[in-house]
Amino acid sequence: MTSLIATLDPGSRAATRGLSDIAIRNLFVIPTIVFLIIFNIFPLLYSLGYSFTDFRASTKDPANFIGLKNYMDLLSDPNIWSNFTITAQYVIVSVTGQVIVGFGLALLLNRSFPLKGLVTTLLLLPMMLSMAVVGLFWKLLYDPNFGIINYALGLGKFEWLANPKFALYAVALTDVWMWSPFVMLLSLAGLSAVPKHLYEAASIDRASRLYTFFRITLPLVAPILLIAIIFRTMEAFKTFDLAYVMTSQPTTEVVSIRLYKMAFQEWQTGKSCALAYIVLIMVLCITNVYVKYLNKAKER
Amino acid sequence: MARIRLENISKNFGPHTAVEDLDLDIADGEFFVLLGPTGAGKTTTLRMIAGLDKPTVGRIFINEANVNDWGPAERDVALVLQQYSLYPRLTVRDNLAFPLRSRVRNLAPAEIDQRIDYAARTLRITHLLDRKTDRLSGGEMQRVSIGRAIVREPQVFLMDEPLSALDAKLREALRTELKDLQRRLGATFIFVTHDQVEAMTMGDRIAILNRGQIVQVGAPQDVYSNPRDTFVASFVGAPAINLLKGEVQGGRAVVTPKSFELPVAGQAPGAGSYIFGIRPEDVRVESGAPVEGRVHDIENHGIEKIITVRVNEHFVRASIPARVDVALEEVIRFGWNAEKLIYFDPRTGINTRHQIA
Repeated sequence: MTSLIATLDPGSRAATRGLSDIAIRNLFVIPTIVFLIIFNIFPLLYSLGYSFTDFRASTKDPANFIGLKNYMDLLSDPNIWSNFTITAQYVIVSVTGQVIVGFGLALLLNRSFPLKGLVTTLLLLPMMLSMAVVGLFWKLLYDPNFGIINYALGLGKFEWLANPKFALYAVALTDVWMWSPFVMLLSLAGLSAVPKHLYEAASIDRASRLYTFFRITLPLVAPILLIAIIFRTMEAFKTFDLAYVMTSQPTTEVVSIRLYKMAFQEWQTGKSCALAYIVLIMVLCITNVYVKYLNKAKER
Repeated sequence: MARIRLENISKNFGPHTAVEDLDLDIADGEFFVLLGPTGAGKTTTLRMIAGLDKPTVGRIFINEANVNDWGPAERDVALVLQQYSLYPRLTVRDNLAFPLRSRVRNLAPAEIDQRIDYAARTLRITHLLDRKTDRLSGGEMQRVSIGRAIVREPQVFLMDEPLSALDAKLREALRTELKDLQRRLGATFIFVTHDQVEAMTMGDRIAILNRGQIVQVGAPQDVYSNPRDTFVASFVGAPAINLLKGEVQGGRAVVTPKSFELPVAGQAPGAGSYIFGIRPEDVRVESGAPVEGRVHDIENHGIEKIITVRVNEHFVRASIPARVDVALEEVIRFGWNAEKLIYFDPRTGINTRHQIA
């Protein structure tokens, strides 16, 4: 009789195993929540508070509440707007480049050929390197005196990173090199999910390859490609390491570099918090536009 | 319209032989069914006719032209697959227009509309034309796929189990519709299926495939009443044929090991060992019949009952009218219609009548 109850009651059965499902769930979830609160949510709210003060982390002066002054100052500062313009240029160039190169690579890889696994893995390597390392060695590649890029292109002593006109694009090119594999990986997943029989039907229906691409491939890969674009846009928008390591031109001062300087060189802690919030809101807005498109793409 | 000829076609996938030394001659305007179990090579054969796969050996002719080197687009065939293969994100109308908008055809928009209208009316999907394809039911999607084949007015319709993903009622309805469609269009249809009911009801002729080889080609009735071997006999027909091992001795069929004996008819071969094949409808259950057995199982099919009779260790299926009352384990008597008895060689499984011919 007792054994019968033991088999029927899930609670007592779990007790014999040592830990109940609820205990296991708590064991995994509670540390996560604690970490999230300490390292994410608390600083987020705390910095929101600071963004309304004139606080400076370098002095002992108490923080004075100054209302929206930080926000008003920032939004009316033409220098900040130029930082945003530079960031936008950077985002557009690097994300477009990554989508074209990444999706193109995915199309090339989406067939069977010898050593396919090895080739794919090699192509993914840039993505796994550290940003700072990538920045440093691309600086060497771009070097006007001994860099291999000028040598290969026969450009003589062309200045890439010291040239205010080209520096931003040179950094964006490095970003394209590094992150195209990410777009490639997601696109490849999308491409391999397109049913093969659709292509067979199209070939029997005498559809041209271009028509097949725009009518079958692209619509079916679009949702996952959009996800890749969302990720890359968010990342490019807050890019810091590459530009910071590679050059220090005023024309490459993207908004995160401005933010860094404001916070840790000029010690305008309160004002930099406000700028960080402006960036956050912008990224959220852009992401929302994409998500809207994504939902539409999935609906259709 | 087209006549299709396959000449000793073989297809290997690596070491695996999918189709071996296949010969077929399909007449213009024929509804031809390729029937066989999974892995028999039916789909491979169809894909080779479509041009999606190339034969390893052999030649394919469409209307006397050798099409071995032609791509699927040049062969002017239409293919309907089991998966509906509709183009995503397009309406039904755009899906139907898809094959017509190809630059190769260069059709006027009015002509395209006319063909879509015709196909939609034929398949009764006119009311669905402006719907997106992912809002359709399985039956509707399959109709659209068939419609996409019709608008092209191809030489040949190739269909790879187009009905097997549908539910039973719809399958039955579309079966009739397809046969009717083929008759109206007068087109050559090649239809792949593993369902012998589809083959029997739709085909003008059936080719039965097993393990990459053709076992028998013939009209449904012919295949049913005169199967080439035990494989065809048991694959075609539901309920399945009774196959009983035994011997012919002095004008009687003796089912062994010693179980029961029944008379044979005049066309019987000489004495020796055979596998006797008898269809359930040719087994007669009546009070005066020579053999006694017990009712082992009863299946009610509405218009008839299929009963399994147990005689020692042998089981014999018989179809009886539904109104006859029988109970499990009831003792009954049965005989058979000796004229319909088929004699198979016990070693090769081949019908003795085919061996002579």
